[in-house]
Amino acid sequence: MHMHKFEKIWLIFGIGTLLVFLTVLGVSAFYLGNQPPSCLATINPEKVDTTAPFNEPGLKKVEGKDWDYELVYVAQAFAYTPGEIEVPLGAKVKVIATTKDVIHGFQVAGTNINMMLEPGYISEYVTTFDKVGEYLILCNEYCGSGHHMMTSKIKVVE
Amino acid sequence: MNTLNVKIDPRDGKLVMAHFYVAFIALAVGGLAGLLQTLVRSGKFVLPAGIGYYQILTVHGVVLGLVLTTFFIMGFQIAATSRTSGTLSNLQRKLGWIGFWLMTAGTLMAATMILLNKASVLYTFYAPLQAHFIYYLGLTLVVVGSWVDGAAVLGKYISWRKQNPGQPSPLITFMAVVNTMLWIVATIGVASTVLFQLLPWSLGIVDRVDVLVSRTLFWYFGHPLVYFWLLPAYMAWYVVIPKVIGAKIFSDSLARLSFILFLLFSIPVGFHHQLMEPGIDPAWKFLQVILTFLVVIPSLMTAFSLFATFESYGRSKGATGLFGWFKKLPWGDARFTVPFIGMLSFIPAGAGGLVNASHQLNQVIHNTIWVTGHFHLTLATAVVLTFFGITYWLVPHVTGRVLTKAMNKLAIYQGVLWAIGMTFMSGAMHAAGLLGAPRRSSFSEYGGAAQASEWIPYQIAQAVGGTILFIAIILMLYIFVNLAFFAPKGEEEFPIGEVSDKAEKTPMVFENWKLWLGITALLILFAYTIPFIDMIQNAPIGSKGYKLW
Repeated sequence: MHMHKFEKIWLIFGIGTLLVFLTVLGVSAFYLGNQPPSCLATINPEKVDTTAPFNEPGLKKVEGKDWDYELVYVAQAFAYTPGEIEVPLGAKVKVIATTKDVIHGFQVAGTNINMMLEPGYISEYVTTFDKVGEYLILCNEYCGSGHHMMTSKIKVVE
Repeated sequence: MNTLNVKIDPRDGKLVMAHFYVAFIALAVGGLAGLLQTLVRSGKFVLPAGIGYYQILTVHGVVLGLVLTTFFIMGFQIAATSRTSGTLSNLQRKLGWIGFWLMTAGTLMAATMILLNKASVLYTFYAPLQAHFIYYLGLTLVVVGSWVDGAAVLGKYISWRKQNPGQPSPLITFMAVVNTMLWIVATIGVASTVLFQLLPWSLGIVDRVDVLVSRTLFWYFGHPLVYFWLLPAYMAWYVVIPKVIGAKIFSDSLARLSFILFLLFSIPVGFHHQLMEPGIDPAWKFLQVILTFLVVIPSLMTAFSLFATFESYGRSKGATGLFGWFKKLPWGDARFTVPFIGMLSFIPAGAGGLVNASHQLNQVIHNTIWVTGHFHLTLATAVVLTFFGITYWLVPHVTGRVLTKAMNKLAIYQGVLWAIGMTFMSGAMHAAGLLGAPRRSSFSEYGGAAQASEWIPYQIAQAVGGTILFIAIILMLYIFVNLAFFAPKGEEEFPIGEVSDKAEKTPMVFENWKLWLGITALLILFAYTIPFIDMIQNAPIGSKGYKLW
């Protein structure tokens, strides 16, 4: 099958760019560890309130781990527990969340924290809060008539 | 090609028009729903009579994303096949009608449940939100009907091949066949989750549903769905547009190759819609990200081929300089200009798509209104404007009327108005999404949060854009009604491009379906088998149904 010379150049350039692009994504994912939240841990969604760590939602200092704090959230239609939390500036935090009923979103606006909460699964993401301010947590996956009222707040304080 | 019809047989034409009537009724209903959504989200308007925002949102998604597209595409593909491979046999036409009525009955069932507020689960119907079983049944009928409808196209293709042994099929028939195959392979996923999971669960036969398996089957279907929308637009770009402007098709073989590549690479990629989900291993997500990006290759081939056609046409008309050919294009012809606006919108749309599918960048925009902005450029501009461009000649061709000069002018205004409205709406959606504004959400001040107040000006811009778009929809409906019932009688051409004399003979390997469907199946098995087994083996207890609206 014949290909025009210009088309060959165009495709070689395009595919070359694609390879560079995919390499960047791959190095970022597997070498630098920038993977999307994929915790793979499961939980009984009907026993969330009695299962650790979700029996005590909120911020907890931890020792001997790669992060300083664990921030535990329980989502249900149409609220997050806790509804407001203070995090010290510069803290490295593992956010751990799950849902008791339907699928919810967990997005901290203005940050890269963005994960799906699905019944039966635990979602986790490790991040550092390095800017003072109030951050809005909101549900970004449709969960019912009160979906747009479902919020929480993180205050990063010095 | 002795079977080439210059004019579609009126019996086939009737079948095509039946599909188009439903498609344009869907445009009217879905467009109104879209307008109302943008108005609600501006914060200045409240829906009357207790109608819910999410009810309207479900209407908008189902009616435009599933009904308008499927009916229009089936109608167009039947028309293209009948035009280039010959009039359908009585049996094939009967299949077309059965398919049409199944899809219509399914649409009415689903629509009734949405209007009764028993199915405000959006068109993606993620479990464990549980709709009325009639909603799922209706959507099943739409899918099954589309298979029967598609059988008409496949049947005609098979009989053409029998009558013309050793010859490559007409290009646009071949493309319609690829898209029908793509659709059948893809819809197996959604049909499986609905038939084996959601229907028994909504009927109370089983108590619980595996949410992750259901979502995975949905997205196995959800991404090829967008290529099912896009490929008919590509058919028009590759085959129709060259004839409209008076040029030749750049290369028949490369056009077929790009369609085959779309068939291979559009299905084993659903995980890039599930990157933020907890239950899938990141390595498998990454593998599907790579497969997703392989559609860049046929996309680049398409872009090259189109602009090569445009440039060689302009130069044959005496254009000089690097971009002189651009001025020679027939800008006064709506059949060209309106789809061309669609092609242009595909440039930012494609760039945004690269962001969406990226393993890490997705985290910034996942489920924000950026995504809504993205598919209003792809589906709701590139694809839809091309469908409108097709309507301008196909409807009068079938109804024995003509596109008058006045209607042609109105059609160009319509396209330009669409571009302006979409620039406001989609532009504001992209910007607000980057700031964190979520998609699929009613107006909210989020407890007075400062961040949320930054989004409101963009939401007002979306309402402005939505209003302009709604005016463009009214113009389109007016043109459609004119072409269907009132335009003067006459002959309107069904433009089918011819291949350039310089192009080489098309190799027969493209018609080897065992080969292409075999590779498609292998790629799907490669991308899905292990993660799917993992999901089932490590599944948590299933979910009961919730009705939270």
